Amino acid sequence: MAALGSEAQVRSSVELALLGRSRDVRGRVFEALLLLTLILALGILVVLLVSTLRTAWPVFADRGMDFVRSPVSALPSRSGVWQGLIGSLILVGFVFVIALPLGISAAVYLQEYARDTRLNRLLITNVRNLAGVPSIVFGILGLVVFVQALRAFTGPDTYGRSYIAGGLTLSVLVMPIIILVTMEALRAVPTSIREAAYGVGATRWEVVRSHVLPYAAPGIFTGAILSMARAFGETAPLLLVGAVTGYLSQPGGRSFVEILQGKYTSLPTQIFQWSKYPGDEWRANAAAAIIVLLAAILVVNLVAIILRNRYERKW
Amino acid sequence: MAVTSAIRLDIAQMRGSARRRRKERAVKAAFGTAAGVGLVISVAIVLSLIGEAVVFLTKVELGSLWAGVWSPRTNEFDIPTLFMGTLMIAVIATVVAAPLGLGAAMFLSEYAQARTRRLLKPIIETLAGIPSVVLGYFALTVINPGLVQTLFSGAATFNFLAAGIAVGILVLPLVATVAEDAMHAVPEALREAAYGLGARRRTVTSKIVVPAAVSGIAASMILAFSRAVGETMVVAIAAGAAGNAVRTMNPLDPGQTMTGAISSLAIGSDQVRGSSAAFVSLYFVGLLLFAMTLALNMVSERIVRRARRMS
Repeated sequence: MAALGSEAQVRSSVELALLGRSRDVRGRVFEALLLLTLILALGILVVLLVSTLRTAWPVFADRGMDFVRSPVSALPSRSGVWQGLIGSLILVGFVFVIALPLGISAAVYLQEYARDTRLNRLLITNVRNLAGVPSIVFGILGLVVFVQALRAFTGPDTYGRSYIAGGLTLSVLVMPIIILVTMEALRAVPTSIREAAYGVGATRWEVVRSHVLPYAAPGIFTGAILSMARAFGETAPLLLVGAVTGYLSQPGGRSFVEILQGKYTSLPTQIFQWSKYPGDEWRANAAAAIIVLLAAILVVNLVAIILRNRYERKW
Repeated sequence: MAVTSAIRLDIAQMRGSARRRRKERAVKAAFGTAAGVGLVISVAIVLSLIGEAVVFLTKVELGSLWAGVWSPRTNEFDIPTLFMGTLMIAVIATVVAAPLGLGAAMFLSEYAQARTRRLLKPIIETLAGIPSVVLGYFALTVINPGLVQTLFSGAATFNFLAAGIAVGILVLPLVATVAEDAMHAVPEALREAAYGLGARRRTVTSKIVVPAAVSGIAASMILAFSRAVGETMVVAIAAGAAGNAVRTMNPLDPGQTMTGAISSLAIGSDQVRGSSAAFVSLYFVGLLLFAMTLALNMVSERIVRRARRMS
């Protein structure tokens, strides 16, 4: 027994055998590496924000709200994002009026009404695939259908390159996403809720209206808000359906329909154009416009997250 | 006996009121129509792409499709130029996004505490909401001068590498969230079995969780690749997507991708209006892009579905 040494030594060697090496160095290194990737991923966001803010700062410091309220001008020091901001809001308005009701209805059909037939499976697969189509392809669709084929309706005087064409294109782009998030929200409502309503004699529509939709509403609205944020920041398809990248004159005194059939631009389109112009002044303007865009999207995202946390139910 | 006769129902009563049934049918028809719109959109996409792509093919000499240079104004439509550009962007983006996204996903799913996870997951999802035009600006003003040009002195003002890194940052949240979902869905029993045999956390993560979630992880990669292939604005701003481009495999060169070609044809249509085939080449490239991303997305969808059936 003497060969094993003292009792304390025996105990520690037994503990070592049972617990493994006291410090798992490789495990720690592995964990640290994983943490590092996460920090890097988030750190990029910080670098992005800080560098953009630094470039944008002089613009806001010099001009304040004047930058937000001014239209596009040939001079960088007098150019502002007003037209782009209004344009983007009108485009998102189209999404709200067209894609939201259509998308939610389609999702209700696919999730609540559709039986498991071949046609319905095709419809669902089709929506999934549409959600993965690159946005610029939707731009091509908009160019062919809304700008060229439906020119008489979308903008007889602007070669079809109007708010209507842009808004419809974005609606088509966002609709598959709204369908998918709504279907997910509907799926999360337990079957027992539906069965309770059927049990007291409700028709399918009554079940949907009074039980399923109210319970799924927080999920649906969160998804809808996020899709509208997506439409707000979307640029590529608008380049194809004629968002104006340069100077834009929008005379006053037009009727509502004339405005919608008129030329337009959007905030991301202006950012795109200004980043391509040479010169530090335009670059600073681009950075300032990005801050406006990100602020708008951040507010919208926050609202969505707060809504979700406040009203989300766990079953 | 009087009781039973009072509750006897005939078929007509069981059906309920005719008005209710009419309403029910009308509502179902309305929802069904809305669901059909999705199909209409797909058909419209395919038709508008194919129709004009055929017009392009009839107008152009087939030899000009591999002329060595992409220059629509001079009727040179080298498809390999665009294809190689697209491939380079997508590969660089995946190389950037895969390790960072998977590492972040592994940490969030296996190491982070529930509270940390609840806090960080929405932040990463918010990252996914950053518009691509912002990343384009970032590539041009920060990534290229700050990183690419300091590392490689020969890098141009516009180049594939800077654009590819920015696209990688753009798709990173997608990789992280999809992969994290897959790992989080691995049954706890598998982990506990491994811990019961004395495995450490690192072993459980790399030998149990990752293999069990491998299909979800693979799907996240393919999705990211597909998104990178279809990404437009970063390329249009930072890769030097001008009117024409030379075939190149050097990531430090400026060049053109499929998406970049479409967007610059669309904006600069005034310059190419005189030439007949130039503008419609946009549709042909669009069709190729559509087919490519569709195939990628279908593969990833199939992988996910097979995985779901197995678990």
